[in-house]
Parts: sequence; structure tokens; C-alpha cells
Amino acid sequence: MNTFTFSQATGVAAAVQDNAAHDGAAYLGGGTNLIDLMKENVARPTHLIGLKKLGLDAIENLPDGGLRLGALATNADTAYHPEVEKRYPLLNQAILAGASPQLRNMATDGGNLMQRTRCYYFYDLATPCNKREPGSGCSAIGGYTRVHAILGASEHCIATHPSDMCVALAALDTTVHVSGPNGERTIKFEDFHRLPGDQPERDNTLEPGELITGLDLPAKGFAQNFSYLKLRDRTSYAFALVSVAAALELDGNIIKDARLALGGVAHKPWRDKEAEALLIGQPATADTFRAAAAKVLAGAKGQGTNNFKIELAKRAIVRALKQATEMNQALDANAFQNSNP
Amino acid sequence: MSHSTDYIGKPTNRVDGPAKVAGTAKYAAEFNVPNLLYGYVVSSPIAKGKITKIDAAPVLALPGVHQVFSHENVPSLAWLDRSYKDDIAPGGSPFRPLHSAEIKFSMQPVALVVADTFELARYAASVLHVEYEEEAHETELAKHLDEAYEPGRGKSGYKPPKSRGNFGKGWQQGVAHMEAQYSHHAQHHNPMEMFASTVEWLGDKKLNIYDKTQGAFNSQQYVMKIFGLGKDEARVVSKYTGGGFGSGLRPQYQLFLAVLASLELKRSVRVSLTRQQMFSFGHRPETLQHVALATAEDGSLTGINHVAVAETSQFEDFTENVVGWSGTLYDCKNVSLGYRLSKLDVYTPLDMRAPGAASGSIALEIAMDEMAYAAGLDPLEFRIRNYSDFDQAQNLPYSSKALRKCYAEGAAKFGWEKRTAEPGSMKDGNLLVGWGMGGGIWDASKQPAVAKASLDADGHLTVSSGTNDIGTGTYTIMTQIAAQSMGLPLEAVTFVLGDTELPEAPVQGGSWTAASIGNSVVEACTKLGEKLLKQAQKMDHPAFKDAKIDNVEFANGQLRLRADATQAVVLRDLVQASGEPKMEAENSTVLAKLELLKPPTHSMHAHNAVFVEVKVDPELMTVHVTRVVNAVAAGRILNPKTARSQVMGSVVWGISSALMEESVMDHRFGRYMNHNYAEYHVPVNADIHDIDVIFVSEEDDKVNPLGVKGIGEVGLLGVAAAVTNAIYHATGQRVRDLPVTIDKLL
Ligand SMILES: Cc1cc2nc3c(=O)[nH]c(=O)nc-3n(C[C@H](O)[C@H](O)[C@H](O)COP(=O)(O)OP(=O)(O)OC[C@H]3O[C@@H](n4cnc5c(N)ncnc54)[C@H](O)[C@@H]3O)c2cc1C
Ligand code: SF4
Repeated sequence: MNTFTFSQATGVAAAVQDNAAHDGAAYLGGGTNLIDLMKENVARPTHLIGLKKLGLDAIENLPDGGLRLGALATNADTAYHPEVEKRYPLLNQAILAGASPQLRNMATDGGNLMQRTRCYYFYDLATPCNKREPGSGCSAIGGYTRVHAILGASEHCIATHPSDMCVALAALDTTVHVSGPNGERTIKFEDFHRLPGDQPERDNTLEPGELITGLDLPAKGFAQNFSYLKLRDRTSYAFALVSVAAALELDGNIIKDARLALGGVAHKPWRDKEAEALLIGQPATADTFRAAAAKVLAGAKGQGTNNFKIELAKRAIVRALKQATEMNQALDANAFQNSNP
Repeated sequence: MSHSTDYIGKPTNRVDGPAKVAGTAKYAAEFNVPNLLYGYVVSSPIAKGKITKIDAAPVLALPGVHQVFSHENVPSLAWLDRSYKDDIAPGGSPFRPLHSAEIKFSMQPVALVVADTFELARYAASVLHVEYEEEAHETELAKHLDEAYEPGRGKSGYKPPKSRGNFGKGWQQGVAHMEAQYSHHAQHHNPMEMFASTVEWLGDKKLNIYDKTQGAFNSQQYVMKIFGLGKDEARVVSKYTGGGFGSGLRPQYQLFLAVLASLELKRSVRVSLTRQQMFSFGHRPETLQHVALATAEDGSLTGINHVAVAETSQFEDFTENVVGWSGTLYDCKNVSLGYRLSKLDVYTPLDMRAPGAASGSIALEIAMDEMAYAAGLDPLEFRIRNYSDFDQAQNLPYSSKALRKCYAEGAAKFGWEKRTAEPGSMKDGNLLVGWGMGGGIWDASKQPAVAKASLDADGHLTVSSGTNDIGTGTYTIMTQIAAQSMGLPLEAVTFVLGDTELPEAPVQGGSWTAASIGNSVVEACTKLGEKLLKQAQKMDHPAFKDAKIDNVEFANGQLRLRADATQAVVLRDLVQASGEPKMEAENSTVLAKLELLKPPTHSMHAHNAVFVEVKVDPELMTVHVTRVVNAVAAGRILNPKTARSQVMGSVVWGISSALMEESVMDHRFGRYMNHNYAEYHVPVNADIHDIDVIFVSEEDDKVNPLGVKGIGEVGLLGVAAAVTNAIYHATGQRVRDLPVTIDKLL
């Protein structure tokens, strides 16, 4: 870890200014990722700007029926917020599938979007990595790729974005609010994270010095039929090999609207709108689900030790969609029982 | 007659529990001695080659940095290999930290930066410029099987496995056969507490060393020999150890580095390793195994063939007993065993909980399951048919062996009789249910050790021995034994350990501590009792005049006649009357040492049988171990509570080995890539469900006077195999390369 200076920001404008005034400055949310990266010398910021006093930790209803998550709300507070539990249970499930209670208590929503890949080689200075040191090469290609991409990778980087929360945020069509040297702007969630291409050092489309201030969830939360399914090497406290956020709007057995996003498979939360289109208007059956799964994985490419993730992802999609569907039936069955004592 | 102070065999809370919970128990890196300097280790990024340049000047220019130690400036130290050999060192030439420019393994320590603060040392280490000349390394065992060789008797205790009969003939006699290859990868012990040494400089070469170790005396001998220190110049203290599992059996390099820096700088120095650096030394070696079995019509084994090839370093022959157990556990005339090593550019492996047996039992116990299926027998019935009532490997009777009871009581508790043999035949809703079993055998050994019992004028008994408690419960069971021996309540007894100023004890390992130290404590207390009786006889106690030690007992803080409990004298009064502040006695190790030289008259082993239920999702192939029953025969159980914890921990270890634990080496770099707790997976609470531990009764008056066999390791045996066997039973898929991760089942 290098030496650095620290300041506690008290306002968004001041934070942005402080950032611009320092070469190599970084914002500090909960520190659960950044501090680790600093300990490993992967991140070497010269100046840290603490965000916890920005007053951006509120979770509030929006006039259009949506919900705003302050960038500094913790992952735990977000997951257990009554509005989230009630209206966005998919988000609740996704957050709780990640990390551990201790980490979620510290981690912030903004930091969750910005967390870096868990590629083993990215973390180890002894091995070349294009993301850490552009142009040095990608050690993961031809190596141990259990947590690596099967979709959207490039010859320069095959890393994945490790977040669970972001998979749900992608499925829910979230909007990201940012503030930077050039003022405020919003970014659609699907445009926030990017594919590695020939610039793997860039995880997302944030401009230098820009600060995430909030996340807006639209009114539609798919609270009736949803599933967050995470497959990993142990039951808790492990990153996803593959995760699926599935959300359905059903009319009887017919799918009226659908959202499908995957985690652990690409450099960004992998939303597939064409697969969603294959679901919409179809009956909620295994065949329909399999067709959507096949579509999502049509262009998938394994890296050797992660080839299995292609088949695993297909099965996970089918299962998640099935769970999302049957959840409704279970509810119906309960309702039936309740009204017929 | 039973007494309120009869603690042996009673579930007893850990006496060190309150100190640990309250945080007053101090670990090696927590001794904040005054004027402490901090050392941070720089690790090699390459697996093989040479250091060509170390540019220390810019780092030394940083205010607060005291020194950069490397092979370029380490003073001349002991030069014989012998001086670097610790008690547990295998044959070969031990690694010498900072000895030369040569790099022998990835993450080898190449420099130590010493500074005023930990943060500064860490920063300085990160900017120290070191250049290397890389050479091609070899780390892949599968590519070096041809070079494998049979190791000699390098390490005390290691004996090459002995074959018997004629396996070829046995194989031909068989009507059913199985033959398969098994493998598992390297594993690192990863105790919670990272290795650390705080060396307190007391002036004039005198050091107080707080070390994370499983053997204070081993660490002391090591630094004495290397640095030419006297016994009183290098005191090693290790009161608490945050997990060992074998990793602390050998002194680790932070001890060498901290002592070096302290002696050179004439200051107190602490060196602690990072979690990543915990992957830079000993580990359970990757091992490839081959097993072939044949059975006669009646299911009796006609031949056993078990061969293992394991990795070792280029500089030492690490050996463990992987295949020997296969010649003992089951009855068979024709047994062919082989064990070979192959040298790779890695650090020397190191004993890790149930070394050898944990690995060997994976292959043997999966093979037994495969053989049972091939022979058309239930796996439990198959084992019972091949029960060994006589140790054919040593040609000796067992001192005791209650494995039959383990089978019976374990199976009953588990409900094994309801098992249907056909793979995939048992279901729970959509989930596939699998039931599998396994078991194992472990040495019941004992080492010479000294304990001292000391009773003060307040009637408080302090018993001491320089052993360790790596979390196993040593403090507690020794307190129980001493309290019962002297008839005192637990509160009136303190057990002291982990200090080279105390009577000498061996490293804590091999599940021998309960037997070795426990029996020494009994002997020391008996001797103290004799002294107390003499004292009573000196005084005006006519009732004791002609009493022999066998005629008296110690109870309720008194010495009294067995025949007439009213004839009693308070122990405290005896000490006070002696005119000394305390009365003391030590056991002698003469007999114990002689015993080690004599050929054994009995085969002395602990055994277990383990039954496992898994539930497998038939599409996603996720596996959950929902139920485990582990029945253990380990002689007398001193403390069912701590013993149960040991076996539960072992079961968790077995599940870990079966399903997730693995140090993943990228052979292109010769480096373990998952070197942190996020990616080196061991089970979390959510992975662990019901674990039932049964201690079957097993009386043994031959193994040692206390009749104990040790339970730190035996519970691990066969667990990983049983999980794998259960997965086969659930899915019909036989995975022979552990861990059984999801990709191997899809
Ligand atoms: C052992 C372990 C296991 C984990 N397992 C999981 C898991 O299973 N699933 C999962 O989803 N996550 C997991 N996590 C990751 C965890 O969710 C993230 O570390 C966390 O969300 C990051 O949030 P933070 O506030 O602590 O970010 P920080 O560490 O404070 O910051 C991370 C990055 O975001 C930047 N940043 C922070 N806030 C802002 C902002 N408002 N605007 C712009 N930039 C900002 C920082 O500069 C930094 O670059 C795990 C983490 C650990 C350590
Ligand atoms: S996959 Fe990306 S992060 Fe990993 S080594 Fe390659 S370039 Fe670096």
C-alpha cells in the first residue's frame, strides 16, 4: 500500500472539486474493495475522498412511482429497506446473495457498481494483466478461468464484473445519476458497464472524476414473479460462477413482459433483450425457457477451464425462469387455500 | 468411589475460553513490546531463477526505514545443513531464507524490509526494486511421474510401505475386480492466525521470542543452531495458537527473519506474514494414486494394490504414510504397496491434519465403494466381511479395536439399512439422494514429554509442560487430568504451556498430545502425591504412618486413607508444614524413551466409520451434504465436549476436501493463483448441516496408562471418500479427481 492523503467530503460539488485538484485521487465508499486493492498494490491512489458524509444514503420514493437509492446507502440497508423488500424483491435477493453480512454492512451501492473484477491475475502483481497494466498481456487467457467470461470477452481481457446487485439493477432498467467536473448527467444501466474490447482498463463509461450520486429504479419492480439464482463453489460467501436475474409479468400462463440478466459471465451484467423478446407473448413453459437460454448462450465461448459455464448458464436460466413462474402458482395456490378454509 | 473432582470423561468447557472470548489471550503478533520495529517480507514473483539485482538504496533513503535484509547483506550464519534442520525436517537440505540469489519456488522470501511502522515497512517493500533472471520451472506432477523415486528413511517415523503375499496371484484368484486412478490437488492449512514472530530484544543477544508455532522447543532449537544462541538467550513463548493443522510443526521463515533482524539491529522486531504469503510454504502435497482390488466369490479381498506418487520440493523429501494404511485396515493376504516422490519447483510439503492417511483414505475408500458395487455387495457389508482382527502389516494383535462398534452404531444412527443400492434410486422430491460411507485408521502414538506439578501453600496446583494448544483443548484436558489426579476442583488448578522455560515437550501434532502430555501429567501428579504422603508421614499423622501411595487417595483438597476417609489431611497444610513455598515433582522420561526403542507388542490405532447423505439437484448438479454420522473408536475420551468439536471440525475438513478445497496452481507461472480467503474455498456455515459424532466405548489398558488414543485427526478419515461415494450413489457419476466441483458433474 502506498502513502496517500485523505479528506472527508461534505458535499457533492466539493468532492468533485477535490477529485479534480488531485492527480490520482479516488472516491472511498465502504472501502471493501478499494482498500483490498490498495493492500495488494493493484490500486495506488494518492488521495482518498471519503464519501460517507455526503448525505447520499437516503432511499426515497420518486414522484413517478420509482425508488431512488442514494449512492452511499449501504448494500444491507438497501436490501432490507421496506420499499425494496416489497416492490423490488429481486434486488433484495440479489444483494443478499452477495458477499457476507459484514461486507454488506460496509459496502455502498455506488461502490458496488464500481467494484473491480475478481480475476485472480488482476489481483496478483506477479502476473501480467491488461486491465491493471494496459499492454502487458492477459494472463487469464490460457490459464485458470473459473470466474471468467463466456460472453462478450475480447482477446485483451476475459474478466467478469463480479456484482450480484448489478445483475438485478440491469434487469430492472435502473438509471445511474452521476455528477462530475462537467456537471450532472444520467446513464442508462445497460450503458454504464462496458465490454473490454481493446480498453480493458476501463470497466465502465464513467468519465474521470465523476461521482455516482444515486440509482433510480423505475416503478415496475416485477414483485410477483422473479428469481435471483446464484451458482457458486460454496453456498455463501463466494462469487458467482453464473447467476441469473429473471423477472416475469404473467397473464395466466402467458408471459406479458420479461427481463433476463446474467452475472459472472461477462465484463458487464449481461442483459439479453433478444432473449426477452423470445419470452414475451409465449407460454411460460420449459420449451420457451430453453429457447431463451439457447439464445442467450448462442455466441458463448469458453476459455477452457470455464467451458462448463455455458451449459451451467443455460440450465440456470431455465431454472430461474421456472422458479419465477412457479412462484406465482404457489401464491395462487395459497390464495386458493386461504379463501377456501 | 466417585468424586466430584472426577473430571476425566466429563464434558468440560474450555478453561481458556473466557480469555479467548474476552480478547485477553495474546497471539504472537499481539505482544506490543516497547520500541518495536516491523518487518515486511518481499516475495518472489517467479518460481525459479536468480535474483540479479536488489536496489535497496531508494528504500533505505525513506525516513523510518532501518534496513533491507537480503542475501546480499545477511551476515554469515551457520553453514551446515544440520543447523537448519528442525525436529520435523524431512530428509534433504532445508530451505535457508535469504541465503543466496537462487529462487527455488514462487513466493520465496527474497528480502525483509524493516521500518518504524508496519505501514511504512509494507510500503517500502512494495517499492523495493528487485530484478530476476527467470529459468524454466516444473510444477506439474502429472508430467513428472516418470522421474518419481522411492524416498529413503529420511524423516524419523517414515517407513517405506511393506508389501506382502503376491498381489498378482491375488488378482487372478479374484472373481470381481476394480482398478482406478485418484487424484487431489495441493491444499494449504490456512489457519486463521497468520504466521508471526515478535522478537523482544532484551540486550546482549538475549531474546524473548513470541512465535506462532506448534512446538516452542522446536522453534528454539532452530534459532539456537542457526544463530549460535544459548538456551537462555532464546526463550520461545507460544501460549495461544490460532489454529495449526500442522502448518506450525516446522518453524516458518518469519521466525528466522525476525530473529535475524533483531540480532542485527539490536532492536525488538516483529514479522508477520500476509494471507497471500500463507501460500508460500508447506502444504498437503498433490498426490496421484492408483488402486486395484480383487475379491473372491464371498466378497473377501484377494488382493490390494495401492500406489501413490506425490510432489516434493527440489531440496527436501517430504514423506507421509499414504498407502501403508491399505495394508492394515482390511484383511487381505496379498498386498502390494508403493510410494514415490517427484521433485518439483515448489516449497516442501508439510504434514497437514491426518497427513498421508487423509490422502490415502480418499483413494482406498472410494476404491472400496467401487469394489463393493463390482462385487454386488453393500459397502458396509463388504467392509465387515473384510474386517481385520489382527494387524497383518505389523504382524501384531491390536491393543484394542472397536471398529465393529463404529460400523454398527454409526449405521444404526444413520439408518443405513434403509439404503437402496442402485445409484439414483433414492429421492427427496426433485432432489437425488445419495448415501455413502467410508472410514479409516490412525496411529495411537505417544512421545516422551516432561510435566511438572507444583502445589503452593494456598493449595493451588500449577501443572506445566512446554507443549502447545493449537485450539484442540490441551489446556482443558490437562487441567481435568491434573485436577482429578490431585482431587482438586478445576478452579484450583492451572495448566501452563507454550514456553521453553517449562519442562520439555514435543511439538503438538500426530494426535499424540493427549497421550504424551496427559500420561506425563498423571505421573508428575503421582510423584507429587508421594511427596505429600511423605510429608504427612513426617508430621504427626499416625493414620498415614505405614500407608503406601496405593492406600491413600486425593479428594476434596485432602490426602486421605482409602479405607477410612475420615483420616484426612488438607493438602495446603502439608505444603505449609514443609516450610517451602511449594512442593513440586516432575515425571521422568527414561521409561518413555526406552519404550520407544523396544519393538512394539501391539498394534495401536484409532478407527472411525463415517456415513454421509448428500442431496444433489439433478439439473444444476449442486451438492449439499445434509447429514453426517461419524463414529469414532479412540480409546478413552477425556472430554467429550472438546473431543466432539475435534471430530466435527474433521468432518467439515472432509466435506471441504470433497467439494471445494484446492490450491490452484497455474503451471505457466508455477504459482498458486487463489491465494486468499475469498478464492481458497472452505465451507461456510451454510454448507454444513447435521453432524452427529459417536464415540464408541473402547477400553485399552495397553496403549498407555490413561487409555487414550487421540482424536485430532482420525475423524477426518474417509469423510471425503464417503461424500464422493454418496455423490455416486445419488447420481451414478464416479468422480475420482477431488474436489468434486460442479463442473465435474455437469
Ligand atoms: C471477500 C469478498 C466477497 C465478496 N463477495 C461478493 C459477492 O458474492 N457478490 C457481490 O456482488 N459482491 C461481493 N463482494 C464485493 C462487494 O460487494 C464490494 O466490495 C462492494 O459492493 C464495494 O462497495 P464499497 O462501498 O465498499 O466500495 P469501495 O471499496 O469503497 O469502492 C470501490 C470502487 O468504487 C469507487 N466508488 C465508490 N463509491 C463511489 C461513488 N459514489 N461514485 C464513484 N465511484 C465510487 C471507489 O473509488 C473504488 O474504485 C465481495 C467482497 C469481498 C471483499
Ligand atoms: S482477464 Fe482481464 S483482468 Fe484478468 S488478466 Fe486478463 S486482462 Fe487482466
